[in-house]
Amino acid sequence: MATIVSPIEPAIAPSLGTAPGALDRHDLTDRDLIDVYRTMLRIRRFEERVKDLFLEARLYGSVHLYIGEEAVATAACKAIGDGDVISSTHRGHGHCIAMGLETGPMMAELMGKVTGYNHGKGGSMHIASLDHGMLGANGIVGAGIPISTGAALGFWIQERPNVALCFFGDGAANQGAFHEGINFAAGLKLPVVFICENNGYAQFQSVKQDLPIEHVATRAISYGIPGVIVQGEDVLDVYGAVKEAVRRARAGDGPTLIEAKTYRFEGHFLGDPEPYRTRAEVAAARATRDPLKLFGAQLQELGVATAEDLQAIHVQIDDEMERAIEFGESSPEPPASVLLTDIFTGADEHGRAS
Amino acid sequence: MAVVTMSQALNMALHEEMARDERVFLIGEDIKDSTYGITKGLWDTYGHKRVIGTPISEAAIAGAVLGAASVGLRPVAEFMYMTFMMCAMDQVVNQAAKSKYMFGGKAVLPIVYRTMAGAGRANAAQHTQSLEAWFAHVPGLKIVMPTTPYDAKGLLKTSIRDDNPVIFIENKVQYATTRGEVPSTDYTIPFGQAAIRRAGTDVTIVALQRMNEIALEAADELAEIGIEAEVIDPRTIVPLDLDSIVKSVRKTHRVVIVHEAHERVGFGAELVAQIVQHAFDYLDAPPIRVANPNVPTPFNRTLEELSIPSAAQVVQAVRGLMR
Repeated sequence: MATIVSPIEPAIAPSLGTAPGALDRHDLTDRDLIDVYRTMLRIRRFEERVKDLFLEARLYGSVHLYIGEEAVATAACKAIGDGDVISSTHRGHGHCIAMGLETGPMMAELMGKVTGYNHGKGGSMHIASLDHGMLGANGIVGAGIPISTGAALGFWIQERPNVALCFFGDGAANQGAFHEGINFAAGLKLPVVFICENNGYAQFQSVKQDLPIEHVATRAISYGIPGVIVQGEDVLDVYGAVKEAVRRARAGDGPTLIEAKTYRFEGHFLGDPEPYRTRAEVAAARATRDPLKLFGAQLQELGVATAEDLQAIHVQIDDEMERAIEFGESSPEPPASVLLTDIFTGADEHGRAS
Repeated sequence: MAVVTMSQALNMALHEEMARDERVFLIGEDIKDSTYGITKGLWDTYGHKRVIGTPISEAAIAGAVLGAASVGLRPVAEFMYMTFMMCAMDQVVNQAAKSKYMFGGKAVLPIVYRTMAGAGRANAAQHTQSLEAWFAHVPGLKIVMPTTPYDAKGLLKTSIRDDNPVIFIENKVQYATTRGEVPSTDYTIPFGQAAIRRAGTDVTIVALQRMNEIALEAADELAEIGIEAEVIDPRTIVPLDLDSIVKSVRKTHRVVIVHEAHERVGFGAELVAQIVQHAFDYLDAPPIRVANPNVPTPFNRTLEELSIPSAAQVVQAVRGLMR
């Protein structure tokens, strides 16, 4: 007789079911909490200034902003340490900043300058700094999933106690690379944490049209790994979930799929006319789901910072952004002589030993 | 010096490199039991963390080696058939090939993608295609195509020690049928150095991999009618030893290029362009290609044979040039 395998209930996140109560600051000290706020603000201001510069034609190319999603990168990268790595997406500025990349060379890269992290050869969608454990933003949706899985494979082979965090969007969950990468990682119990930033839209299309199920995290069931849903605007919620997933990964228990429900305050790219959603929808999200405002209030509720303390941080960050822009704009263009360098290691553009 | 098969020569290279450098590991489908014997015995010697069997997930394999190389390892991935690489093209072409340049030169990515191409074993079209030109078109990939067991061992060792993504193409028919002397000692063969397999004065035949064996047969036949062919094996097509080829063409004034890949926009088309550019004034006849006639490889043995360049076709092409 045939056996019917029923549709499985979504993996309900503990966090979503938790009643409102006392804030859980986990193991974060006052200094840690302030650092988290500073990083989130640094991402917000960086993106806002990038938007301004783009609209003023002071930088060019394809630019995808992370405004509204700052808590995810910040919390997740706070949960890892030295020697750990991440892979990122086309919406990668926030991940870079959360991994400690400096805003000056980042801004220079967006401007195509020689002082940029990639010497102007990558731009917004390809910032990488292996020294920071940042394996690269990526212009191909879902491509980072096999790559971070491979970094975790490297740690597993070398028996290093490190983990890889893999950021991707809801759109990537429908790529073949998602299935291949997570299935492979789960099979070997590799130390990787898959973090889906579900911001509601895959380019111009609502996730409601793209996903036949409600949650990306439900797909964890088919790989035999935990699936966890967190509110992406709640930095402490994200931190708690990633911290636990990192602990499991380091302990040899394998990957976790975390879905952060978040919201993209800006369009898919700078210049997106946003025909797929209403202004009221965006305004509502900005009013109720702004991670920065929410965390600022939490810090005051915890007694970690006063409104004045936070204001002082805002002044510092605004000043840092001015310096980042100044650094970028005053930096030289790459010379024509570098056009054909860096294609190969130790060889010219023809592959001939140099 | 022992006479071994192509498979055994490749196996020797992997054994030696894994023993020499613990950062080298193998990953691919069915590599523990090794369908064609290339990775035979390696799992027993080096264990499950250095000989990693994967699900049938070519994109995961191709991307995983990039990630592993990023954290200091020297992976050797195996794609059982070159046609299977089509399932992994984003990771090979958009990721591995471009990362170094996009990152401003900072990434060092020692990756070998081993795979098997060529026709002649009745695998039909989806398991039979020679796609070296596709990969040669993409900046950032080196393309290696060994012809003899001696070269296969030396070039695979060079590939593993190279700090770039290398597409290492093996020929399915040669695995068991091509034999040659291979020393058990450590040696490497530099990229970008063609081998002159036969010296001659009347025509240059540039032929890749198994087609070089065909070219040598043709050269023997041609010698019987008084035509001395110079047969060149490029061994690597990125980098390409254009100097040796151009030098030969300037001497012989005629050239025939032989490969198993489709003629249209194949490696031969690129080589003809280079030869015309660098040896135009020396040519006594137009350069000619002998290649697959732009057809998916048929299953039927007779039809398949017809789609693969033969010694007779090469002889005919050369005689056409000598008129």
